[in-house]
Amino acid sequence: MVLFVVILALLAAGVVAWASERLSKDAPRLVSILAFGAGLVWSAVLWLDGADAGGLYAAMDWPWITRFGIHLALEMDGLSLLMVALTMFLGIVAVVSSWDEIEVGQGFFQFNILWVMAGVVGVFTAMDLLLFFFFWEVMLIPMYLLIAIWGHEEKAYASMKFFLFTQISGLLMLFAILALVYVHHGATGEITFSYKALLDAEIEPRIAIWLMLGFFVAFATKLPSVPVHTWLPDAHTQAPTAGSVILAGILLKTGAYGIIRFAVPLFPEASADFALWAMLLGTVSILYGGAMAFSQSDFKRLVAYSSIAHMGFVLLGVYAFNELGMQGAIVTMVAHGFSTAALFMMAGAIQQRLHTREMAQMGGLWKHAPRMGTMTLFFVIASVGMPGLGNFVGEFLALLGAFQENWVMAVVATLGIVVAAVYGLYLMQRSFQGTPNPDVASMRDFGLREMSVMAAMMAGLVWVGVYPQHVLELSNATIQTLGILP
Amino acid sequence: MSAAEVWALAPYLALAGGIVLLLLAVAALRSHQVAFWGAIATLAIPLAFVPTALGGGTQIVDEVLEIDGYALFFFVLFSLAAITTAVLSAHYLGSRATHRQEFYLLLTTATLGAAVTAGASHFATFLMGLEVLSISLYAMIAYPEEGHPPLEAAAKYLVLSGAASSTMLFGMALIYAASNSLAFEAAGDIAAGEHNVLVLGQAMLLVGVFFKLSLVPFHMWTPDVYQGAPAPVTGFVATVSKGAVFAVLLRYAIDADLLASSAVGIVIAVIAVLSMVVGNILALLQTNLKRLLAYSSIAHLGYLMIALVVAGTAAGQALGVESGLFYVAGYFLMTLAAFGVITVLSNETEDADQISGYEGLLWRRPAIAAVLAAAALALAGIPLTVGFFAKFYLVAAGVGNAAWGLVWALIVGSAIGIYYYLRIVFAMTKRPDGDRTHEGRRVPWEGLLTIGILGLLVVALGLYPTPAIELIRGLAGP
Repeated sequence: MVLFVVILALLAAGVVAWASERLSKDAPRLVSILAFGAGLVWSAVLWLDGADAGGLYAAMDWPWITRFGIHLALEMDGLSLLMVALTMFLGIVAVVSSWDEIEVGQGFFQFNILWVMAGVVGVFTAMDLLLFFFFWEVMLIPMYLLIAIWGHEEKAYASMKFFLFTQISGLLMLFAILALVYVHHGATGEITFSYKALLDAEIEPRIAIWLMLGFFVAFATKLPSVPVHTWLPDAHTQAPTAGSVILAGILLKTGAYGIIRFAVPLFPEASADFALWAMLLGTVSILYGGAMAFSQSDFKRLVAYSSIAHMGFVLLGVYAFNELGMQGAIVTMVAHGFSTAALFMMAGAIQQRLHTREMAQMGGLWKHAPRMGTMTLFFVIASVGMPGLGNFVGEFLALLGAFQENWVMAVVATLGIVVAAVYGLYLMQRSFQGTPNPDVASMRDFGLREMSVMAAMMAGLVWVGVYPQHVLELSNATIQTLGILP
Repeated sequence: MSAAEVWALAPYLALAGGIVLLLLAVAALRSHQVAFWGAIATLAIPLAFVPTALGGGTQIVDEVLEIDGYALFFFVLFSLAAITTAVLSAHYLGSRATHRQEFYLLLTTATLGAAVTAGASHFATFLMGLEVLSISLYAMIAYPEEGHPPLEAAAKYLVLSGAASSTMLFGMALIYAASNSLAFEAAGDIAAGEHNVLVLGQAMLLVGVFFKLSLVPFHMWTPDVYQGAPAPVTGFVATVSKGAVFAVLLRYAIDADLLASSAVGIVIAVIAVLSMVVGNILALLQTNLKRLLAYSSIAHLGYLMIALVVAGTAAGQALGVESGLFYVAGYFLMTLAAFGVITVLSNETEDADQISGYEGLLWRRPAIAAVLAAAALALAGIPLTVGFFAKFYLVAAGVGNAAWGLVWALIVGSAIGIYYYLRIVFAMTKRPDGDRTHEGRRVPWEGLLTIGILGLLVVALGLYPTPAIELIRGLAGP
């Protein structure tokens, strides 16, 4: 019940934000901040209250489309809580990061942000496959509009590419869902889309591998993994800052979440057969993303490619099929959410100040904006995998897990951390260090508003890095109940 | 004729009686107000008789009309679509025709023809209903006095539709020769045997029907007629005319066991796949919204054939009919919403049919843009709209009866379709840049209200389709 109310509240807040545009220019932003702030507080309260005996923080189950046994079933366990809390937090970051950027249609902009996030909360809590697909699509259209309306030069191309990739892979997943339900119906005579009922579906291995691939392609596209990653550099680069923050911080995680929650548990045997290939895709993504990031001259595009590399660790960890790998994947999801959101926010701030994303036109910016320089350095170092910060814990655990499963792959993937150091420091040098670019006369530094969200993200990374136990406990509860580990 | 049959026939009788009164009223009092409200009353009053007719169960009136939940479902649907068309046309025709009164008369006769076609269980009513519908449509398409396109469209439709009708008539004659009866069920009694004359007759019948449904390769007329016809009439042609033909085809397929011949099944499947693919690909190339919707309707009718193929099998009959009715209802809503938007945005002389004219609409008229966006996304089959569940229903029916090829074609077609529907949405979201198309003109409030209701229904049924599904399940089963 409460989960449904939260989703409805976000949707309603979107409408209120749009309508409040008439009152004042600031009203829509405030509505968004309040909505996400309340959501964050609510997640914290749930977490402090603790789970019930079944490991759930909240649950509901209402009939929705009885003809097909589709239920409005929402549940929140440890992993969902973690992801929803991250969503709410990054919602605030997204709103702050686009504070001055949006001139036209401020109300509609906030409306779209709130609706994306409502869809995301639904994705992270849905316990009915059709409901999951429904929310999967709900988050798509507002995101498309965010890029198509408020994006940069190539917005038409980037937004269309993003939509087509996600939608077409989504259709494959829908087909797999229906085929799974059909197979289950054939065996039991019951039409249901319930996740828990379908977990027990007996599927012939020959069919299971195809259905698993239907899910996997949809999630791998969102993640993204090589070779279905090509939408990401365009979409991230062209999106307004808030859009990039949401895309990188949250939407990529829905892909990872889908693999952990659906692709693997629904088809354990098929996934185990496929594990080696998935780990290979993860490794290739790590190295390819790193190499591509290094060859970029565009600040934002570099960060976008680095996301592909980081998400490769998630794939590697999940398909290692052991507790360490899975834990590593989940910690990476959280840490990457913080570090990449911060870097995209930085890219947006620089673009707003210098009207360029080209690193060739930067250089020595530290002189003008020491606070921005310090923040960039911190998050670059975090993203590189400095011990003591969240990304290190996640990637280290993922590699450790992968090593037990396939040491060759783990060794090759470890090279990715070296590559990350190269492109990360290269980014830092070209933008903030080196000879100051004479064309940049002055640049406004971060103010209190920007610094406070940056500080919050720093705190998050240090928290996860120094004391990962909180995250591990939450995710571990889920990993145990999913029953995917041998 | 028993009393029960009269009660079953009451909605049809009320509509026919209303038309006569309307004719007299229009002839005597040349008043637009009288004609308009008379037409609304003629279309609305028969709806009051529908519950009683439903209560009487299935009634076969004089062997020619089978009045059951199925026929009455279409009766209600067509009446509501006609009311929508009447409301939208009132303002639209104001600047295009000196005398608007006869238009409403034609609209009511077309509705009666469509309703009779949907209730037909006999070739006599089939043909008569269809011709009443088609002949009314020719005049409705050509109704505006100014401009060349409506006349061209009407002439094209008249000639091609006439050719299709005669092919169909020949087909009926051959079926009659084989079965010695004009009732649909008589053909079903001999369908199991390999009867060449019957198969030939059915093939000719299907050619005519596919023409009216504008399925590939009988689709050539569609874009020209859609473009040339006045916008509200195009909406009516796209929905009521196709809905009526689909209704009778579905009933014929079940009664006459059309799919007993595997050749017919293969032909229908091939034509369905061709329509989905060709319709969607040609829609990609359009810059005119009416032409785009024409090609999109070709694809949609292709999708709808899945319901026909499923309903033709003994195991899938109930699910096939259900999915077909739900799809038709959803398709009516989204198509009428799209053409409603075109109608209210059209100016005194030209239809708002260029996609480029919609640029920036979201910023100038957010409410109208929202309705068009909902309609476009529904036609694309995106969740939150009725279009998603309509497609979902078809896919579920197809998967449940192992029509895998058709389901794949639907998925591929939808994937292509997303691109052009999204182009409409993208055009509307463009930032305002001084172009002021559609601005400053009065938009009729009744038109706004109509498209508002349609838009809300598109979204509401996309969020909670259960009541509509239950209603249709209660009525299904021709």
